[in-house]
Amino acid sequence: MKTLAELAKIRDEAKGKIDLRGKKGTRIVVGMATCGIAAGARPVLLSLVEEVKKRNLNDVEVVQTGCIGVCRLEPIVEIYEENGEKVTYVEMTPEKARKVIADHIVNGKVVSEYTIGANA
Amino acid sequence: MENQVMKEVLNEKNFAALDQVIEANKDRKGALMPILHEAQNIFGALPIEVQTVISEKLDISLAEIYGVVTFYSQFSLVPKGEFVIGLCLGTACYVKGAQNILDRLETELGIKVGETSKDGKFTLEATRCLGCCGLAPVMVINEKVYGRLEPGQITGILKQYK
Amino acid sequence: MELYRSHVLICGGTGCTSSGSDLVEERFNEEIKKNGLEKEVKIIRTGCFGLCEVGPVVVVYPEGSFYAHVKPEDAKTITEEHLLKGRIVRDLLYYESLEEASDQVKSINEVDFYQKQMRVALRNCGVIDPENIEEYIAMDGYAALGKVLTEMSPEDVINHIKQSGLRGRGGGGFPTGVKWSFAAGAKNDQKYMICNADEGDPGAFMDRSVLEGDPHAIIEAMAIAGYAIGASQGFVYIRAEYPIAVQRLEIAIAQAKENGLLGKDIFGTGFDFDLEIRLGAGAFVCGEETALLQSIEGYRGMPRPKPPFPANKGLWQKPTIINNVETLANIPQIILKGAEWFSSIGTEKSKGTKVFALGGKINNTGLIEIPMGTTLREVIYDIGGGIPNGKKFKAVQTGGPSGGCITYEHLDQPIDYDNLIALGSMMGSGGMIVMDEDNCMVDIARFFLDFTVDESCGKCTPCREGTKRMLEMLEKITSGRGEEGDIEKLEKLAYTIKDSALCGLGQTAPNPVISTIRYFRDEYEAHINDKKCPAGVCKNLLTYYITDACIGCTKCARNCPVDCISGEVKKLHVIDAEKCIKCGACMEACPVNAIIKK
Repeated sequence: MKTLAELAKIRDEAKGKIDLRGKKGTRIVVGMATCGIAAGARPVLLSLVEEVKKRNLNDVEVVQTGCIGVCRLEPIVEIYEENGEKVTYVEMTPEKARKVIADHIVNGKVVSEYTIGANA
Repeated sequence: MENQVMKEVLNEKNFAALDQVIEANKDRKGALMPILHEAQNIFGALPIEVQTVISEKLDISLAEIYGVVTFYSQFSLVPKGEFVIGLCLGTACYVKGAQNILDRLETELGIKVGETSKDGKFTLEATRCLGCCGLAPVMVINEKVYGRLEPGQITGILKQYK
Repeated sequence: MELYRSHVLICGGTGCTSSGSDLVEERFNEEIKKNGLEKEVKIIRTGCFGLCEVGPVVVVYPEGSFYAHVKPEDAKTITEEHLLKGRIVRDLLYYESLEEASDQVKSINEVDFYQKQMRVALRNCGVIDPENIEEYIAMDGYAALGKVLTEMSPEDVINHIKQSGLRGRGGGGFPTGVKWSFAAGAKNDQKYMICNADEGDPGAFMDRSVLEGDPHAIIEAMAIAGYAIGASQGFVYIRAEYPIAVQRLEIAIAQAKENGLLGKDIFGTGFDFDLEIRLGAGAFVCGEETALLQSIEGYRGMPRPKPPFPANKGLWQKPTIINNVETLANIPQIILKGAEWFSSIGTEKSKGTKVFALGGKINNTGLIEIPMGTTLREVIYDIGGGIPNGKKFKAVQTGGPSGGCITYEHLDQPIDYDNLIALGSMMGSGGMIVMDEDNCMVDIARFFLDFTVDESCGKCTPCREGTKRMLEMLEKITSGRGEEGDIEKLEKLAYTIKDSALCGLGQTAPNPVISTIRYFRDEYEAHINDKKCPAGVCKNLLTYYITDACIGCTKCARNCPVDCISGEVKKLHVIDAEKCIKCGACMEACPVNAIIKK
């Protein structure tokens, strides 16, 4: 290694791979019970992880959970803000997930047409 | 038994391997210890025959090499048994009753700590802390670790190796 | 770039490996594959998590779910439930991470065992993959070395370490910065930097865990120290009994060389530093720094008289600094976070944190790191979870064979170098062994002396002969042949050895005896005057009895190796005390606990 810049580059790249362990902030929860998976939760989850990574959203974590309870509206994604507020998105797809990240997480604008309120 | 094992180990192939090790290390400063470690890996022990070769090639007196070999507990002049039983006598294991386990092992095997059974099967050693104090008292037979031992389990465990 | 939504961290420390974490890892790999999760879930083998008692330990991120006592077959359940469906497997969690009342699951950092700890030296253990240099760099690894080489002069570095107040963690507690300044001031064309990883204290495994869990931290610290004192060559002297640590260190050194973090012209600054591993061969005395030097040079590990000190005439007569593993693990953090940050932790004269290996009669056996000044009570009861089986706490032994014991009255003393010495013990390298009412203190003193006699190198008479005589006296007392005046003789000999032995091993060898006599004189007296061992440990002073509770099942008689138990079926059995060898086999066999020892 010849320069500090090289070290910094390795660090920044590697950081993204491990910041899964122990970060705090907004939590994006994906329902991954049998019903969720059957409805296509897996690709939704992966697209969320990918999008968060791509945008370097270091204070956002993507986790999975069990059955959220409204099986007919799966895949369900819930977003828990740091201030305790919760928004529930239903019938998600990878495309919708990317929009949620862009609008809601990055710009703070809830995508109301995907929320449970608009679809229930 | 021992002599026979020794004869088998002191073969040309092993001495050739030793030559290589000495050649690779002899220009290093403080080469003796690393060479002894490697030699013990090759021969399973460090008998006088092996020490003599090292002495000649490194130009260190045999007396000095013998002094080093016998100083360190990891180096052994004679080969060990097929199964080396290491009972941890670190403090955590001792406090949790390792002495009772050791007594039982000695009775069962008919040998004392540091000895090898007549059939060349078992060597009994009391080791320093193995570092798995959470499992105390602990015993290792070759690589396998036995933890949370009770004296009553010893007979059953040894049976698997007899 | 590979992207994972979940990381499964499996402890690869010696404790968990011994309890089967290899097999657990294997099964996880199979299950992950079977469920097609290879691209989503990453398995990482880390260093020690510290809570060895509940191993094998597996932690799943991002939730931080802390699974304990994981068996190979549990890999299937955790994979199918948690990793696939996102349902944390509550039954397999560490008991304390599940809050019964609210049914809340706590993450690993929220359980009591970790709450009171502060991880500086162990910060990466159980967090990163020790065999992957990128993960270390991601945790700001090698940034301290970069800073030192590009922004600081060697004097700056030494002053910085001096200001931090860091003292040697190997036992002595000598200020690290001051030590470095001695070697820096010595004029010579060649100097050496050595890491002492010959952790021989029975019951202590802090250094091993750092090397297994975060080997790059040691490499980085040694390069920093090398720069500060002007050494271009380093050695890590490590016990051959630590195969996992040796292997990880070898991998780490190779990776550092590959990345140009060891070798020539590091960071293009013209600074060269190289590192070599040297294996010990099972001699406790080699933890003493001059004996360690002898051993690296290829001789018997016998201490040299000091002065001259190694900082002036060390390895091959060149100026040499020898630092312990844990001391070094603190260095990069002190450089990055500042001397003030470090000195804000701890007590007035003992700064920073200390790692302890907690063992013996305690619920949470394991590795802990606490700020200096934490009380023993907090360590034993809050972090350690108290004494198992409702037994009474008797003493805690610190400092291993060189230290002493601390009793109940002193549990509220804050832990620091000076306090422990005032109590007749010492910090030592960090072994902390808890003893309960079933441990005999005279026997413990005998145990430590047995160790020292075995490990005495034989160079100086006080240690070679003196410790042997002390051991003989202790054996006499524990076997029931003690006489009036033995305690005084022991004490006199102890102080003579302390004053006259050549090295630290001999000078501190009598400590366990002095300290047990100081706090448990009554136990010594019971052995000598009443020929009784109050804790029921010393065999020659015990007799086994069968009480009325006996149901006459004959199990004891069948298990007795010397046939000294007689009695008819369904009638009370009797032990022939003359023939009894006190092996305890009958006691284990008895289904109704009718056999007692007094």
